[in-house]
Amino acid sequence: MSHIVVPQKTYIYIFLTLIGLTALTTGVAYVDLGPFNTVVALAIAFSKMLLVILFFMNVRNSSGLIRIIIVAAFFWFALLIAFTMSDYRTRTWTPAPDSWSSAPPTHP
Amino acid sequence: MSTATLEPRVHAPRNYLNADYGWKSWLFTLDHKRIALLYLVSITFFFIVGGSFAVLMRIQLVDPQGAIVQPETYNKLFTLHGVVMIFFFLIPSIPAVLGNFLVPLMVGARDLAFPKLNLLSWYIYIVGGLFTLYSTIAGGVDTGWTFYTPYSSTYSNTQVTAVAVGVFITGFSSILTGLNFIVTIHKMRAPGLTWFRMPLFLWAMYATSIIMVLGTPVLAITIFLLALEHLFHVGIFSPALGGDPLLFQHLFWFYSHPAVYIMILPAMGVVSEIIACFSRKRIFGYKIVAFSSVAIAVLGFLVWGHHMFVTGQSVYAGIIFSLLSFLVAIPSAIKVFNWTATLYKGSISFDAPMLYAMGFIGLFTMGGLTGLFLASLATDVHLNGTYFVVAHFHYIMVGGAVMGYLGGIHFWWPKISGRKYPNGWAALAAAIIFIGFNLTFFPQFVLGYLGMPRRYAFYPAEFQVLNVMSSAGATVLGVGYLIPLIYLFWSMRYGPIAEPNPWGATGLEWQTPSPPPTENFSKIPVVTEEAYAYAEQEAGHE
Repeated sequence: MSHIVVPQKTYIYIFLTLIGLTALTTGVAYVDLGPFNTVVALAIAFSKMLLVILFFMNVRNSSGLIRIIIVAAFFWFALLIAFTMSDYRTRTWTPAPDSWSSAPPTHP
Repeated sequence: MSTATLEPRVHAPRNYLNADYGWKSWLFTLDHKRIALLYLVSITFFFIVGGSFAVLMRIQLVDPQGAIVQPETYNKLFTLHGVVMIFFFLIPSIPAVLGNFLVPLMVGARDLAFPKLNLLSWYIYIVGGLFTLYSTIAGGVDTGWTFYTPYSSTYSNTQVTAVAVGVFITGFSSILTGLNFIVTIHKMRAPGLTWFRMPLFLWAMYATSIIMVLGTPVLAITIFLLALEHLFHVGIFSPALGGDPLLFQHLFWFYSHPAVYIMILPAMGVVSEIIACFSRKRIFGYKIVAFSSVAIAVLGFLVWGHHMFVTGQSVYAGIIFSLLSFLVAIPSAIKVFNWTATLYKGSISFDAPMLYAMGFIGLFTMGGLTGLFLASLATDVHLNGTYFVVAHFHYIMVGGAVMGYLGGIHFWWPKISGRKYPNGWAALAAAIIFIGFNLTFFPQFVLGYLGMPRRYAFYPAEFQVLNVMSSAGATVLGVGYLIPLIYLFWSMRYGPIAEPNPWGATGLEWQTPSPPPTENFSKIPVVTEEAYAYAEQEAGHE
């Protein structure tokens, strides 16, 4: 596999972009976007993550095996989220029996 | 032969043990074999520390009122026993000792892919261990090895943070070891050593490494969040701060259930090597056994919720986790059936490693089958939190993983040390361990079924007979563990010199001298046959 030399200025551009996106995250935090607050914050974070993976970790020029490992890591993370959410999203499907009081217990 | 025995130092060829002397040659070594020995000494130390806590617990439980310590101290004893044994003995045991020593030899390489990273992993392990020892001296921790919130994050006034930091640090050691093995197995196999010619030990180490690399970071993050809440009261797990305690259990068990497979998969790899060698046969269904390791690694990640059936987890999630827990039994059963089928019409000999392997199969099967009781939603309600669970996981982690580890140590000891040990003593020790183990832990199945909860410093008098049986068994088990420590130590100086291949085994590690030279092979070997070509070997002799 031939070794690809990435020009130094690419790293500088990416670094500056990451700093810019960090500033954007901070700036957006002062604007109320309603339900899109989280969406926008996550979108910026995702972009930053992609830049780090593709350029700083040089996955852009890496072999298929390295890419599979990166994908596997995300797949594993997705499993963690999906199965955890299988608990959180279905906890209320079966309501608590009427005899279970939501009032705080009284101590003798 | 006899001349060499009398004057080993004069005639001993250069090998990794006599290549250099002095403490610097050990503490700064990059040789995977020496690093394996550093781990061997370290984990033996932690085994003795963790075992000492267990001894105190078993003495305490001889008397229903508690024989020697206060409940608060007892809480610390079982916590530290669990932390030390799991994070500082069982998880690094086979991968860091036998894996480090054998992976490069088995793939026909001169070292692991990243020797400096390998040494770093040992130092990280030691730093993590020192943190944990400090916490023990500074007062200990009483949360249980599972650090369940909100008790650990909000209420416990013991050394939670110090122990958590120790576990956090040592996790990185595990990640580096796994990373090293994955790259080595992918990139450094000798010419001709295709994936399906690899010994099953390598498949097991590969599957284990996947778990180490993908699972351990989640534990690190979880512990970090725990420390964040404990120190700065950031609401993550504590309901009082707006968090969810079950989130901790989800994150913790996402790593800690697969961690059981970090312990047992390598032991299964060891057993595959031993069964093939001492029945002089290729493992029955080689490919399916290889793939079953990977299947266990993958499915093992999807069953963590079975630890949470009675915690308030959604019953629907519980159903999924229960089903998946049953599924993971399939690849485990495949291995057991295939080992048994390998024995069929084999030319079996019962040397010490084989006795440990047979012990493994029996004890692991019992541990696995009792796991099905706990994977069932209904029976788990009765058994959860009782001694049944304690017995079940000790059958897996001690009966399985430790038997596998000891079997592996006995199998490769001539290669590691260049010396043989007394086979009679080794066979006796294997028998004592098997008997002592069952006497210790079988009564705990009964105790749990009868309703004795775990983690209590005292108990109703009606449970005393079974508890005394268990404590008596622990004494026998302790003697069983002590005997190999003595004769293996003895053999390093007085044992007969071992030839390169004392068991007549196949595999590249047996084609180099015992102990191997620093560079492992004078010439990188070329592999021309399948793994476990015992039939071809026998045919060649005839």
